[in-house]
Order: sequence, then structure tokens, then C-alpha cells
Amino acid sequence: MIEQPAMVKICDIHEDSPNVKTFFFECKVGFTPGQFVMVWIPFLDEKPFTISYVKNNIVGVSILRRGAFTTEIHKKKVGDGIGIRGPYGRGFDLRTNLNVCIVGGGIGMASLATIIERLPDAIVIQGARTAKEILYKDRFKDMKLSTDDGSVGFRGTAVDLLEEQLKKRSIQKVYGCGPEMMLYKIVELCKNRNIECEVSLERYFKCGFGICGQCDCSGQRVCVDGPVFTGEELSKMDDFGKITITKTGERVIH
Amino acid sequence: MATPDLSVSLCNIRLANPTILASGILGTTKALLERVAKNGAGAVTIKSISTEPREGHKNPTVITFEAGMVNAVGYSNPGVHAAAREFSNLQTVGVPVIASVIGTVKEDFVRVVEGLAGSGFSAIEIPLSCPHTPGFGLLAGQGTPQATFKITVAVRKATKLPVFIKLSPSIPEICAVAKAAEDAGASAITAVNSMGPGMIINIEAHKPVLSFKVGGVTGDALRPIAVRCVYDLYKVVKIPIIGVGGISTGRHAIEMLMSGASVVGIGTGVYNRGIDVFRKISGEMLQWMSENGFSDIKSMVGVAHD
Repeated sequence: MIEQPAMVKICDIHEDSPNVKTFFFECKVGFTPGQFVMVWIPFLDEKPFTISYVKNNIVGVSILRRGAFTTEIHKKKVGDGIGIRGPYGRGFDLRTNLNVCIVGGGIGMASLATIIERLPDAIVIQGARTAKEILYKDRFKDMKLSTDDGSVGFRGTAVDLLEEQLKKRSIQKVYGCGPEMMLYKIVELCKNRNIECEVSLERYFKCGFGICGQCDCSGQRVCVDGPVFTGEELSKMDDFGKITITKTGERVIH
Repeated sequence: MATPDLSVSLCNIRLANPTILASGILGTTKALLERVAKNGAGAVTIKSISTEPREGHKNPTVITFEAGMVNAVGYSNPGVHAAAREFSNLQTVGVPVIASVIGTVKEDFVRVVEGLAGSGFSAIEIPLSCPHTPGFGLLAGQGTPQATFKITVAVRKATKLPVFIKLSPSIPEICAVAKAAEDAGASAITAVNSMGPGMIINIEAHKPVLSFKVGGVTGDALRPIAVRCVYDLYKVVKIPIIGVGGISTGRHAIEMLMSGASVVGIGTGVYNRGIDVFRKISGEMLQWMSENGFSDIKSMVGVAHD
């Protein structure tokens, strides 16, 4: 684990969609799928990103452009430096020989990408708003796709596709990451069918290692107790799917 | 020998053991306070509340190093209005809850104290010692005996609850500040806040790591300084001292009690040993006390003095 930000050089950049880029760099740390690193740009900010690619000593983080910090990262070029600390958090539990379905929505796919590589037999569902936003098309050939506008795959949501799969096959475990309302529906579906599930949550992080309390979700620190939680754990977390905590610490409706 | 008794009374507040969650660590929600209580804390302190919401400094705000932590969170908090909603019916937390209250002028402290009056807090803590937030603490000149006296008098008038004044270890005249607080009616002294400010520079980036560049230093690096401050304060004030600074083990806690603290605050220790650090410290204290013939907490307080 890297305690203080280590400056790494970007060695490659992939454009995964018009708004998502994957930045690759060399980093020799142990890592469990679902864990995250804090990415630092000096004097600007520091934000958590899940590791979406890992091969030998090369690690990648896929970043959606949506604010000042991610816009700045998107301007980075091969050879530029960024700060990295971590990895932090509790990742996915992959000790399973169950029939698995992996469901990602939008940039949530980044958190699931390294599981998909480790579980080649899993059914993979990806939901996006439109065809252009589908991620990792070349990396994973057999994904079942849904888009809100029907521009590729099924017209509807990833949850609709999951429901269809659950009817067709005997799925025993579901891994998910994406917008929290989608995760909420996945957890409900799995609960009703008695299927194991694990999903990765997103909250505003400060320290990343469990002391500042900024990422609380019903007494669970998303940065260290999560970001991955089981369906059983989430059933005891009233804030899941309902409340998130802002930068100031105020509770707001999701 | 019978099992030693860890319970203490601090300004007539009953604590099952002398470990208190320090302000700024995990105290953002009632749910987290409940969790810390379940993990063995004798009392808990919320993250400091101001009159208005504050986003605080940008990240990085907290960074660890080999001897502790440097932080400049910048008092992010939802403001007194939202805080009163979050921290209501505090009896259900299971242990006494202390409100940490900040302000720029003395009227702010009073407004926040009044705003939190119906929540069920057991005490009010006033940090006049933050080293890294413009408008507050040391950066607002609140660490002088004069300013401390004025703010303490105002808060004392605004509440019947015990008032703890939290002091900086980085002020050479800490004893004069404590005396001013005591003279103004403070019920206890919390010693100490983070020290410094300090700085960590990333030599590859050629830049300070914290976005605010400087931050308060806590953890192991702070402990000897905190112990010395409490030792000095014990000689000059009669009110109890809450000893805070680098306590992660039962031995550390006992060292702090021997220097003169009646109870101890735990902050960075949560990082060092996990959220159950409170239970671990109590267990270690019990064992050491049994082995060394101490039957209660009181009998250890201040024994390091001549």
C-alpha cells in the first residue's frame, strides 16, 4: 500500500468513449478487484478511482469527465505525472465457483472490469445511455448491452436485462456497480430470489482510509468497510439507495 | 485482586471507561457515533460545527506519515441547522456525546451552542486551537489568554452543560491560556489539539501534499508533546484535563493519565489500530492495572508528579 502519493508517469492513454479515458501507469502494488486509488493533481484536488486494468506492473484507471478535476486529468498526455496512493478499501470477494452475472452501468463498468477478466465464464451485462458510451467493447466481446435510447442492444436498462437472465438461467451470484438506484434495484432483485450479490458504492471521500467519516453510509465507512458491500450488509444500511453525504457533511436525497 | 474499575466521572458525566473519541475523527453522523460507542468508547465527540455550512479545504486533506498524520480538513461541516437534525435524540448513542463548537467571533459560538441545545449533548467542547483554518482557532487569534477568556465567558453563559476548552500544544503560554479558561468558568481543559502546523512535501512533484500546504500534526509524533503539556497544565489548573495526542495503546493512555489527565481522547489511534481501538485500549489498561496493582483510574491520575 502506498501511504503518501507516489508520482507515476502516464505510459498510455485509451479513449474508451467520448467522455471516458483510461490512463495507464506503472505501479507495483497488490490489488483486489473493486479497490480504489486516490489520484492526486498537485494544488488541484485528489479523488478516488477504482482500478480498471491490471497487468503485470501496469495499472489503469478509467475516468469519466464530469467536473473540474476530471476535466484536468483528461488533458494529461503520455509522459505526464499524477500522484497515486492506495489501493484502499474492501474489494469484491471472488472466491466463488457459482454461476455469476456481472452488471455494470455507465462508468461503474470500471470497477467490474478486473472481475470480468478473472471470471471468464460470467455473464456480463452493460447498460449505458447511448451506444457511444458503451465501454470496453473490444476488451470484452460477449457483453449483453442495453441503452436508454436503443442505439445498441436492448432498449431499456441493465436491470431489465438482469431480470431476464435471472429468469432464463440459474444465476447464483451477481456483482454490480453503477448508479445507486440501479444497484438498489439489483440488490432487491437478488434478495427476492435468494441470490448472493455484491455491489460497489460511491460516496464523497476525503481521507480514503477510514478516519474522516465523510463517506458514512448508515455507520459504514464506504472507503474502508466498502466500497463493496454484500446484499445482506446493505439490507441493514438504511441510507443505501436513499441518502448520500455532501462535501459539507450534509445528508441529501440521492 | 478484583478486576480494576475503568469507570470515571468527568464533570459529573459518567463514563464506563476513560476513552473518548476525539473531535474530527468519524464524528460526522449519528450512525458513526453509535458504531464507535459499540466499539468501546467511553464517550464520543462530534466533528466541529459552525453557524454556516462549510466545504473545508480541497483534497488532499489528511495524509499519514511514519509518525502519525497531518491534516488540514478545514472544518467541513453542514452548519448548525443541519447538525441539529443529524444529532438529535442522542440518548440512543449509548454513551455521552460531546458537541464540538467552532466560531469566528464569540457570538458564533453562542449561536451554535444554542442551536444544538435540544439534542441531548452531555458537554460542549470549544477548540480555540486549530492551526490550519483561516477565521478559526490559532489563525483567528483565539489562542491567547484574552480571546480564550472572552469566548469561554460567552459560552459559559449560553449553556448549563460542562464546557471543555481545547488548547493548542504549539502555544508556549498554554498554561496561561488554560488558566484564563478556568477563570472564565470552563469545566475542563482538552489538551491538546494537533500541533504545528506541519508540512509534507512530495519531492517528485516538488509540491506540498496537502491542498492547504500546512496541517495539524497528530499521532505518535505528538504524544510526547501532549504528555508534557498535560503535565504542565496539571500543575496550574484545578479543573479536569482530557488528555489527547497520539494515544493508540493502553500504555499510552496510562502514561497520559499519569501526566495528569482524568480521561483520554483518541483520534489518530483509529487509523493505527482500527475502529475498535477503544475496546483494545480498555483491555490493555485493565491488564496493566491488574499486573501493577491499580484498582481504579483515579489512582493513576497525576502520579508522575513529584
